[in-house]
Amino acid sequence: MRMDKFMRMLLVSTASISILIVALIFLFLGKEAFPFGFDPGLGKLFDTKWIPVSFQEERFGIYPLVAGSSLVTLLAMLISIPLSVVGAIYIAEVAQPVEREILKPFIEILASIPSVVLGFFGLVVLAPLVKNVFGLSSGLNALTAALLLALMALPTIITISEDALASVPKSFKQASLSLGASDLQTIFRVTVPAALPGIIAAIMLGIGRVIGETMAVLMVSGNSAIISFFPLDSVRTMTATIAAEMGEVPFGSHHYQALFWIGIVLLLVTFVLNILSRLVLKKYGMAQ
Amino acid sequence: MNSDLVQKISYHLLRLITYAIVVSVGYILFDIIRHGLPVINWEFLTDFPRRSGSEGGILPAILGTVYLTIGTIAVALPLGVGCAIYLSEYADQNRFSELIRLAIITLAGVPSIVYGLFGLGLFVIFCQFGTSILAGSLTLACMVLPIIIVASEESLRAVPRGFREASLALGATKWETIRTNVLPYSISGIITGSILAIGRAAGETAPILLTVAAFFLPKLPNSIFDQVMALPYHLYILATQHPEAEKVLPLQYGTALVLLMLVLGMNLGAIILRIHFRKKYKW
Repeated sequence: MRMDKFMRMLLVSTASISILIVALIFLFLGKEAFPFGFDPGLGKLFDTKWIPVSFQEERFGIYPLVAGSSLVTLLAMLISIPLSVVGAIYIAEVAQPVEREILKPFIEILASIPSVVLGFFGLVVLAPLVKNVFGLSSGLNALTAALLLALMALPTIITISEDALASVPKSFKQASLSLGASDLQTIFRVTVPAALPGIIAAIMLGIGRVIGETMAVLMVSGNSAIISFFPLDSVRTMTATIAAEMGEVPFGSHHYQALFWIGIVLLLVTFVLNILSRLVLKKYGMAQ
Repeated sequence: MNSDLVQKISYHLLRLITYAIVVSVGYILFDIIRHGLPVINWEFLTDFPRRSGSEGGILPAILGTVYLTIGTIAVALPLGVGCAIYLSEYADQNRFSELIRLAIITLAGVPSIVYGLFGLGLFVIFCQFGTSILAGSLTLACMVLPIIIVASEESLRAVPRGFREASLALGATKWETIRTNVLPYSISGIITGSILAIGRAAGETAPILLTVAAFFLPKLPNSIFDQVMALPYHLYILATQHPEAEKVLPLQYGTALVLLMLVLGMNLGAIILRIHFRKKYKW
């Protein structure tokens, strides 16, 4: 019996570790970023220029980086949402069982390709293609990054949307069919609307994935910290800024602390998206 | 218009779009295999890089990735399985277990670069591990923890109730029951989760960027407090930071293919294992 009590205690403590890690993530990001609030002050972050290394005045405005992340994410979602929702509908509702068993592992493979490999592919294949198609001097821009990110969001959106579609009760479809609706009408007027909350949650998780993605974006977005909403401009995202600059900043400098603030913004955005989408999935009983 | 025709055309359109996704994934794999395969030979896999990566092989990067994944799994597996056992066998529906689930969901959604910042702040600086295998493994372990927990818990829950009741009825304690009648039957899910976690850890770049990776280090580490090279970081450096990036393109493709094979091999293994065990245990 003593062994039993001991094991129980041990398991409770290992289970608590995930809570501890989450707390530590918030704590240590906050700890490194905190001093920036006093000197030079948080107001410095709300600025339109990111010039962290300068002989005159260093500026830590995160607006260009937020704009970069937003533009890339928006473009990626414009491409990814229609493709992945259609893909999910096809796999869940139209495909033959054998076809489904082949398509699903393919989506899993896409999910498992390391982002640095996709970034590399973007750099050597996709960027030259974008460059030639639009007659640009460089193919490293928001559109190229968005194309890669769209690809990365596909598995997330497809898998969760497909679960949502599959969780629509059979009786809904049977009722629709028995009233004389065709298969196609049933899919688009009954099944998809019923699964809509799940599909929206899937899209939110996809957005979270895209905003947090680092390596592919770092390699193909061109990395100029300008505020632009033109897809063929070079942009710099929040994630790429951290990855590119953290290696070279002096420990504890204002620049270092500003990078941690960007990390906090990223953490909060993905945290909120994640929690909201899980709540939706749970409410409608569509969690895996 | 004939509604049957509309339906037919719509289905073909849906199929076309879905297959376009599959084809684009296929093309990426094809492109990397086509250019990478000619580069890979015994020397490439077992030699040290020379002239800052312009020549020679990628042995230190391969070994670095192997060390990191071993370190990661050594930390994450016991913690993940322990948490999964607690959630499936002990936890009631209360605040505490809700909080654990919330934490797991949160961990699964944290961007990889934020894990890098966290690892830098906690392990590299606060714990004074420096940029090292230890700091990197711990950072990656935090990142893959949710993968192991979710897969393990699912397979623990799949073990029929009767197995537990029979054991308890014979007078075994709760832990004895779990050890002898539940864990052995859920080992497949635990292994599958671990393999997926290894694949993820091996392919990630952003967390190790700030916690372990060495730019160019043509020697092997002596201890867990040393820096190492790693495959994903090596590919990133060759592709974007190397002064003669165009010239070393074949080496980039070679490195990309080795990394891809490693990660896809792991995932394929997990898929096959899952199918195998599903056939073996049917209840």
